[in-house]
Amino acid sequence: MIVAKRKPMAEIAEMVAPYRKVKVIGCRSCVAICLAGGEKEAEALASALRLKAKKEGRKQEFEAFVVERQCEKEWVKEVEDRIDDSDLVLSMACSLGAQTIGDMYPKKLVFPALNTGIFGVPEEQGVWSEKCVGCGNCIIHTTGGICPIARCAKSMMNGPCGGSANGKCEVNLETDCAWYAIHERLKLQNRLELIEQVSPPKDWSTSHSGGRRVYVREDARLTQHQKKGREAVR
Amino acid sequence: MTDKKPKVVGFCCEKHGMDSAVLAARAGKLYDASVRIIKVPCTGRVDGIHILQALEDGADSVFVLGCLEKNCYYDTGSIEGRKRVEYVRSTLADLGIEKERVEMFNASSTMAWKFPEIVSKMVEVAKRLGPIGKGGDAR
Repeated sequence: MIVAKRKPMAEIAEMVAPYRKVKVIGCRSCVAICLAGGEKEAEALASALRLKAKKEGRKQEFEAFVVERQCEKEWVKEVEDRIDDSDLVLSMACSLGAQTIGDMYPKKLVFPALNTGIFGVPEEQGVWSEKCVGCGNCIIHTTGGICPIARCAKSMMNGPCGGSANGKCEVNLETDCAWYAIHERLKLQNRLELIEQVSPPKDWSTSHSGGRRVYVREDARLTQHQKKGREAVR
Repeated sequence: MTDKKPKVVGFCCEKHGMDSAVLAARAGKLYDASVRIIKVPCTGRVDGIHILQALEDGADSVFVLGCLEKNCYYDTGSIEGRKRVEYVRSTLADLGIEKERVEMFNASSTMAWKFPEIVSKMVEVAKRLGPIGKGGDAR
């Protein structure tokens, strides 16, 4: 899932200070699971900002609510009236949610309350770790199910490197060496021969370097005729 | 310092927290009537939003009173409560609001002296700091 972290309170307070009617919109998906931007967090942020406004004697209104998935237009549409009735939308979703609202209502100001971080998994309560960078060309079937692009500090295609010691990485001794973990996993699976196969340099053309990526599934797309039909029903 | 009557809200767990308050009363120990006690099943139930909303609704200071950490009725409830209180305190500090307005305390049911002491401390904080801001109708 997408893991995000709330921006420092002081930074958010400064961003919203000039605006009177602020809608704090949370999201019930990934950011709710990672305790950054769900219903409770949106309510708490609005409450804290109200206190700040009160302390500084500013007349500001903060309303907090949540949508099911802020990155999907259908869900955002449900709160259109409330967005219309605002000077500023403070999005507590990941950047996808904030940008979806921004794209739908380009005249509206949409500011992010979160810093969108990683594709991560919950390791234990309150801890999330990065395991994928969305490079667009998955190779974990050859690496024992462990991604060296995300989990190796050098994103090496072959490893471990000379900086691996006692299963830890030289970049940060707290961090597990991904290639050591791959070696151990392949040994467990009796597929250790895979680690000896030299992988060619990674083809990064499927990654972000070519600009914005758009994925299309042709059989799911609507034809012009279908789009017109749906519009008519609405 | 303000002459206005302070408003203090105390979230007390229904086990040792409330017991210590009741014992204080039974033992004839006086405490300031400015405190409004909110009984909760466990301080682990208290969330940051409850504390923030109490402040928003006019409390000058808020305290959370739970069992002693190594003797919590629900084992780790008062530890959870403390973590929430610390989170709110750091949020307030980030916003330039005095974090001492919010405080966590622990007591056992036999500590009759503790509850009046906590109330006095929080009333003193409330009197010293006064109400938060002058914005009034922020909500």
